[in-house]
Amino acid sequence: MWIVTARSPFATVLPNIVLLLVGLVVFVAIIVLIFVLSERTKEKTQNRLKYFVFLGPALLLLIIGLIYPAIRTLYLSFFDARSENFIGLQNYIWAFTQPEILIVLRNTLIWTIVVPIASTTIGLAIAYLTDRMKYAGLVKSLIFMPMAISFVGASIIWKFVYAYQPDPNKEDIGLLSAIFKAIGLTPPNWLLEAPLNTFLLIAVMVWIQTGFAMVVLSAAMKAVPDDIIEASMLDGAKGWARFTRITIPMIWGSVIVVLTTITVTSLKVFDIIRTMTGGNFQTSVIANEMYQQSFRALNYGTGSALAMILFLGVLPLIIFNVRQVRKEREVH
Amino acid sequence: MTAIEEIAPVNLTPARTKSKGMRLTSRKQNNIFGSPIASFFAIVIALVWTIPTFGLFISSIRTPADINNTGWWTFFTNPSFTLENYNTVLFEGSSVTPPLSLYFLNSFAITIPATVFPVVIATFAAYALAWFDFKGRDLLFYTIFAMQVIPLQLALIPLLQLFANGLKIGDATLLPPLGITGTYIPIWIAHTMFAMPIAIFLLHNFLSQIPRELMEAARVDGADAFKTFRMVVLPLSIPAIASFAIFQFLWVWNDLLVGLTFGGGKREIAPLMVRLAELTGTRGGDWELLTAGAFVSIIVPVAVFFALQRYFVRGLLAGSVKG
Amino acid sequence: MRAIKRRSIVLATTSATAFALILTGCSAPSGSGDIPAGCEAYADYQGNSGTEVEIYTTVVSPEAELFQESFTEFEDCTGITINWNGSKEFEAQLPVRVEGGTAPDLAVFPQPGLLAAMAATGKLLPASDAVAASVEANYSPDWKNYGTVDGTFYASPLGANVKSFVWYSPKTFKDNGWDIPTTWDELLALSDKIATTSDVQPWCAGFESGDATGWVGTDWMEDIVLRFGGAEVYDKWVSHEIPFNDPAIVEAIGKAGQILKNPEYVGDVPSIATTSFQTGGAGIVDGSCAMHRQASFIGGILVADQGATIVTPDDTTTEGGITTFYFPGATADDKPALGGGEFIGAFADRPEVQAVQLYLTTPEWNNKKAALGGWFSANLGLDTANVADPVNANAVEILKNATTFRFDGSDLMPAAVGAGSFWKEMTAWVAEDKSDKAVLDAIEASWPK
Repeated sequence: MWIVTARSPFATVLPNIVLLLVGLVVFVAIIVLIFVLSERTKEKTQNRLKYFVFLGPALLLLIIGLIYPAIRTLYLSFFDARSENFIGLQNYIWAFTQPEILIVLRNTLIWTIVVPIASTTIGLAIAYLTDRMKYAGLVKSLIFMPMAISFVGASIIWKFVYAYQPDPNKEDIGLLSAIFKAIGLTPPNWLLEAPLNTFLLIAVMVWIQTGFAMVVLSAAMKAVPDDIIEASMLDGAKGWARFTRITIPMIWGSVIVVLTTITVTSLKVFDIIRTMTGGNFQTSVIANEMYQQSFRALNYGTGSALAMILFLGVLPLIIFNVRQVRKEREVH
Repeated sequence: MTAIEEIAPVNLTPARTKSKGMRLTSRKQNNIFGSPIASFFAIVIALVWTIPTFGLFISSIRTPADINNTGWWTFFTNPSFTLENYNTVLFEGSSVTPPLSLYFLNSFAITIPATVFPVVIATFAAYALAWFDFKGRDLLFYTIFAMQVIPLQLALIPLLQLFANGLKIGDATLLPPLGITGTYIPIWIAHTMFAMPIAIFLLHNFLSQIPRELMEAARVDGADAFKTFRMVVLPLSIPAIASFAIFQFLWVWNDLLVGLTFGGGKREIAPLMVRLAELTGTRGGDWELLTAGAFVSIIVPVAVFFALQRYFVRGLLAGSVKG
Repeated sequence: MRAIKRRSIVLATTSATAFALILTGCSAPSGSGDIPAGCEAYADYQGNSGTEVEIYTTVVSPEAELFQESFTEFEDCTGITINWNGSKEFEAQLPVRVEGGTAPDLAVFPQPGLLAAMAATGKLLPASDAVAASVEANYSPDWKNYGTVDGTFYASPLGANVKSFVWYSPKTFKDNGWDIPTTWDELLALSDKIATTSDVQPWCAGFESGDATGWVGTDWMEDIVLRFGGAEVYDKWVSHEIPFNDPAIVEAIGKAGQILKNPEYVGDVPSIATTSFQTGGAGIVDGSCAMHRQASFIGGILVADQGATIVTPDDTTTEGGITTFYFPGATADDKPALGGGEFIGAFADRPEVQAVQLYLTTPEWNNKKAALGGWFSANLGLDTANVADPVNANAVEILKNATTFRFDGSDLMPAAVGAGSFWKEMTAWVAEDKSDKAVLDAIEASWPK
């Protein structure tokens, strides 16, 4: 019946499906063709060809999709709001002299420290606790579920947790407030009280990212050979000792990957903040300020400068990862 | 040749740990970790994790007045149940806002290619970065790694210009206007581009863990880079690729910004999330529709996770176990 | 059951539309000249059959359906399909689409500030002569002026709203024996009386509005500056001829604080910042608070979300009936009005785009749209009889007759202030009890040099 109500969409369904199928078939055909042709060429040609085939597409996409925009951003960060006049470092000076920016930098730092550590720790704990559990699949699926929820959905979900009812005569719709009242405490206005609110927003991110950490780490643990564990048991290593001395070192590589990935995600976070506090009440972070400047204040200069500052935040992470790789190579 | 064919299907674990005495006893039998206390904690955490989503589900089957005036937990003492919210978001609509059910197709049509393309291309690149020896390899890898932080929003305008106007440097037209605006193609390409850094980073971590002996054996046997990829790397990394593909699927499915921007404002190709974001209505208060809509949008990703869960268990190649 | 009924209504109207489309599909004019029967009023827009025009806007369901409905006859008679494309990400997406080369045909600007920014890109096209002439004929010069940037007229007015209203329940007022205040002092006296002699909270307010949180606070400021500073100070303040922390503005924020920062009046002050503007006025419907200063459009929201009924001030018996009185100034004779509105500008100059823009400036369309309910405009040809809602009807009269009318100041200020620091600082003003001086100094410092 409801087909009638949709005037345009169904008219385009067929071409859309055709486009989808053609897109997939063409893509697969190209890949197969490249492999068939490449494997028939001479070894010498192949040695050059392999870079084009394996690295070429990714590099092309990266150059157009990310490197060019990044350079453009760097360029714009030295210009004024409408990208017309060169103003040197003024946007950067602006960023570091704004009184609010200290809070923003502090918040970004808190996010990038707390979220990765909390998510990884909890994810690791669950991976370990469920490693040989009976209904592990169910438990893990429940923890993973937030990963499958969009930010749009997550912000709705958490509204029903953090909602605050100022009128004492009305019923609470926020779960936290209701729990507080049930045990005889006076709930604060959750999203208003700094620095509590930053941590409440962080909790949402941890809630989402723990599933990612758990899945990766759990898989890593499954790959720890049984005989190593059994050997350690024969050596008399018990629970905690076995965890720290055997499991952790065995999966350390995965832990680093997880920590790194979540740190990058937290560095870029802005949806949660934008939907839940709008960056008010001292909860803003750099990515949110960047969005605000670029798309609300329409100042591409300051927005770009903030993006470049954000980019600097990844440097420590790179250094950390390079060191880990070096260490690993020394061991080998 | 034959050597490769023998090696390829070999289980990685013994190869990596070089242990011959792998016991085949079931893990559950020596279940000392699975103590009741451990299970108890795991279940408690899982329940805590689920409460907010459960609240969403309960809210989605309540009436608007109930949602706005009482907590969702009061449902249990005073149950009143309605499916109208689901009916409204899924099947009601108008010429301006077609019902949510129509957007599922668009979401699939966007998400499947936007998962397949980056996974394939990133696997290629990760293989090259992990196993080709060339100058500046590490530098290249870490440059790609660093690109993860480039905020998506900054890439929107230049990319749109590219799709709409082609690429010109000075007077030279390097790429004519493609005429693909308003189709899925820009959305696929944009997702593929934005997924590259993290896909390469994660897959590189897996692929670089393939035992060197296997790769050497393949080379000794005369396999070139292409054959090695096809016969050694690919079969071994299927679980890793599958598990990354699940994440990519979730990210694309839940994406709002790329679909919104590269859809060129066309309703006919907009994904579910774009519609969901508008369900709030002009007034922004229609919680009953949002809760139902949000729950509907969760179903596909969760189903995908359940369906492909065994790949996680089989193991992500477990990038990490050192022999 | 309600769902099914509602659905079938939607079905009925849309299939009627579809049917009409099929009918006119055969007879739709291919060139100018032959006009289908009943379409004589659309003679000016002929010759564009089979074309499509996209209108990009913030307006989504359910209001979007009303717009689409108001276009039906135009579409049937001209063969132009209007694609109403609403997005809640409009403000951020429009600059992206314009810069990215995929600009919409027409965009509905909720604020003149964004309009000015788009005009500066050079991609927004000046309005056609026909549109300019129609706007001159059908709107006051002020309204044409709001759509003008640096002397070029770009965007024609669309919808409008009036902000200088205090919403209240006539029944609550009658039951408690309260009188409508006509001066600021009476307003405060009444607030005191309510606070001390009844259980009702005198005022309620809500500033929360997603990433636009705080705009309600800017409306308060604007209304009070207009009242106590006067139109001249208001204009200077908006154009930054006087600093944002000028004594006149300090006085205004002090007066706003007399109400908004008085716990006797509003209860818990900081929670104003976390109360959504949609639910801020719920208290006047259920009788838990007495007064709520908010624009005309909040009525529709309270009707839909809280089950209110909009009544006339004389209707003192309807439970949940709400209406407005004029937000008073220093004296009862001093009645400046504050309002806002949307403007529609074109990024394409195809004839069908100009035809649609022209049509939207006509009294015919404005009356048709107003008759569908919940909407009005500043079009001089708008017949108040077509505006059913008594508050909106009153607002239309104010738009037509107010001696001093001023446009929402924050919408006219540069985006960095009007959609940035002004919102943020007003939010901090209630949420963190930031001082009047600190708030105004911070906004002044943020004004682009």
